[in-house]
Amino acid sequence: MMRLEPRTAPSPLLIYGAPVLAAVISLVLAAIPLLAAGVNVFQAYGVMISGALGSQFALTEVVARATPLILTGLAAAIAFRAKLFNIGAEGQLYIGALAAVAIGSGRFDGPAPLMILGICIAGAVAGALMMLGPTVLKVKLGADEVVTTLLLNFIVALFVQMMIEGPMKDPMSMGWPQSEPILDSATLPKLIDKTRVHAGLIIAILAAIGTEILMRRTVPGFRIRAVGASPAAARFAGMSVTKTMLLVGALSGAFAGLAGVGEVAGLKGYLTNDLSPGYGYAGIVVAMLAGLSPIGVIAAAFFVAAVFVGADSMSRAMTVSSYIANLIVALGLLSVLLSGVLTRYRIRWSLPARGRAS
Amino acid sequence: MASVFDILLTVSFWAAAVRIATPLIFGVLGALLCEKSGVLNLGIEGIMTVGAMSGWLAVYAGADLWTGVVVAAFMGALFGLLLSFFTVTLGLSQHVSGLGVTMLATSAAYFTYRVILPNVDTPPRIVPFQPLDIPVLSSIPFLGPVLFQQTALTLLAFVLVGVLAWFLAKTPLGLAVRAVGENPSAVEAQGLNVLWLRTGAVVAGSAIMAIGGAFLTMSAFDAFFFEMVAGRGWICIALTVFASWKPGKALFAAILFGAFDAFQVRLQQVVGAFLPSQIFLMIPYILSIVALVVWSRRASYPKALMIPYVRGQR
Repeated sequence: MMRLEPRTAPSPLLIYGAPVLAAVISLVLAAIPLLAAGVNVFQAYGVMISGALGSQFALTEVVARATPLILTGLAAAIAFRAKLFNIGAEGQLYIGALAAVAIGSGRFDGPAPLMILGICIAGAVAGALMMLGPTVLKVKLGADEVVTTLLLNFIVALFVQMMIEGPMKDPMSMGWPQSEPILDSATLPKLIDKTRVHAGLIIAILAAIGTEILMRRTVPGFRIRAVGASPAAARFAGMSVTKTMLLVGALSGAFAGLAGVGEVAGLKGYLTNDLSPGYGYAGIVVAMLAGLSPIGVIAAAFFVAAVFVGADSMSRAMTVSSYIANLIVALGLLSVLLSGVLTRYRIRWSLPARGRAS
Repeated sequence: MASVFDILLTVSFWAAAVRIATPLIFGVLGALLCEKSGVLNLGIEGIMTVGAMSGWLAVYAGADLWTGVVVAAFMGALFGLLLSFFTVTLGLSQHVSGLGVTMLATSAAYFTYRVILPNVDTPPRIVPFQPLDIPVLSSIPFLGPVLFQQTALTLLAFVLVGVLAWFLAKTPLGLAVRAVGENPSAVEAQGLNVLWLRTGAVVAGSAIMAIGGAFLTMSAFDAFFFEMVAGRGWICIALTVFASWKPGKALFAAILFGAFDAFQVRLQQVVGAFLPSQIFLMIPYILSIVALVVWSRRASYPKALMIPYVRGQR
């Protein structure tokens, strides 16, 4: 029989080692589908590592992919801390991008700092509003936010499709469903020339540091942690659970919205319906790998970005489906849950007592 | 506008509603079985995807249709077992574990499909289940064509509604499953094993969900497409609340939903020239949210839903 016995004080090594262990477990498990696909696993991982870290181009690509993942990771981390399960970051990302395009593609023009500030605010507000809906439905009516945010992702995808095929379609796009391009004045500057690394990275890192300070050093941050630990106790201590939840929902949605702003105004330049290859969902994995720590999200986002970039080049080199990246990321989420168990409990093995079938 | 509502009286409209409802009937029955035992199965979206892919693949590889259904159910059960290991055995977050299983199951299905068929532009087809012609029943006016000139899987769904209702209400095991979702300590005090009961319910529920997915590739369509499940799993979770965890009401909820969806398709044909098609496609998702919100308030959730059971702990 296997028994789980709580550890009284997990060592720092266990706490910080757990995400690393999870990463290793997920890569080891991912060897199974690779083997099944008839691929030389060692060669595949070699290609994957050099594809993610082996060249300057690869490294900048990892940084570019990590940028939205930091923000969607923060969106999940802060919400999950308060036990508000926002799975709608994908939709909030698209709504943020749509708002950025609405402001930044010609309706207004002005000096660059003002325009960039404008699209960032628009994207953040749009994302926040998108998440406030499910948050209100949860705290006021008890509707499970997981289901509402997931369903909203589909609604937003259709809405974006409708806008870029209709009112916001670029007349110069030769019929392709895409929005008008973001003006030069609203485009996020590149941090490194001739790469895809843009100023969104600075926004993302500042957001992570700001969230860390908020959670550790401020009263609202304390309330968020308290509500997450025990809503009943928080309420008993005189805190407004509703207000705290609304704050968390707004911040979470705003981060995801900002991720969309960065993608559309820093990278792509216009909105299409394939702006995000699932950054919203991958953000959940990032947050869990980071143990819901805002600063940890940065490191976890770089890891997940490296997996995406590495798996992409591996799938090209070994002609194996690029869904391998999604598989590894999904395995990462389950592995981090498992390694969390190992840090919180020790496993005791004992023989089942005879005659007492359990 | 009169013509739009005349649609509601036609046989073909209601036949379509039942057809659209079929995967949802399986999905809601599976979800409610899991939830009755105290486990929210958010693996449903991925499990339906796995069911759709594996059932179709088995038939494509030469198996007969019913073997395909069994393969789909078995694969669904496997992922259900994985979910129950995380949520029941280890007692981890049902939200996060469920999403993890959905992500894993979905990407595993897509990966497998691409490994077996690396470069196909048009998805290969199979010969799917054909509509039945049952001697007496199918010739009943109106109800015959609506309910009985469907494929065998739709009839299986109807039968399953009755079986599950009987199982939960009348059998000792069904009572134990219900009790374990309300008060697991009391069940343990009766000398029953809470973990085994919950694991069994999740595995069986997942197998049922996977058949719902298989309906898509083996009856509604004849091929597998990426993203073809399209949120049906999440819709089922919402409909389970709407159906108050009762199999009979689940059937009603799914058919009502199917009717709205079928109506949306026909409305699109009538007024589609004036409104973008996406407006109509949004309707099912919006309806699901509305159904969830309106019924969440008065819903009597299984009391131990989402509460992991640890032996000897209160």
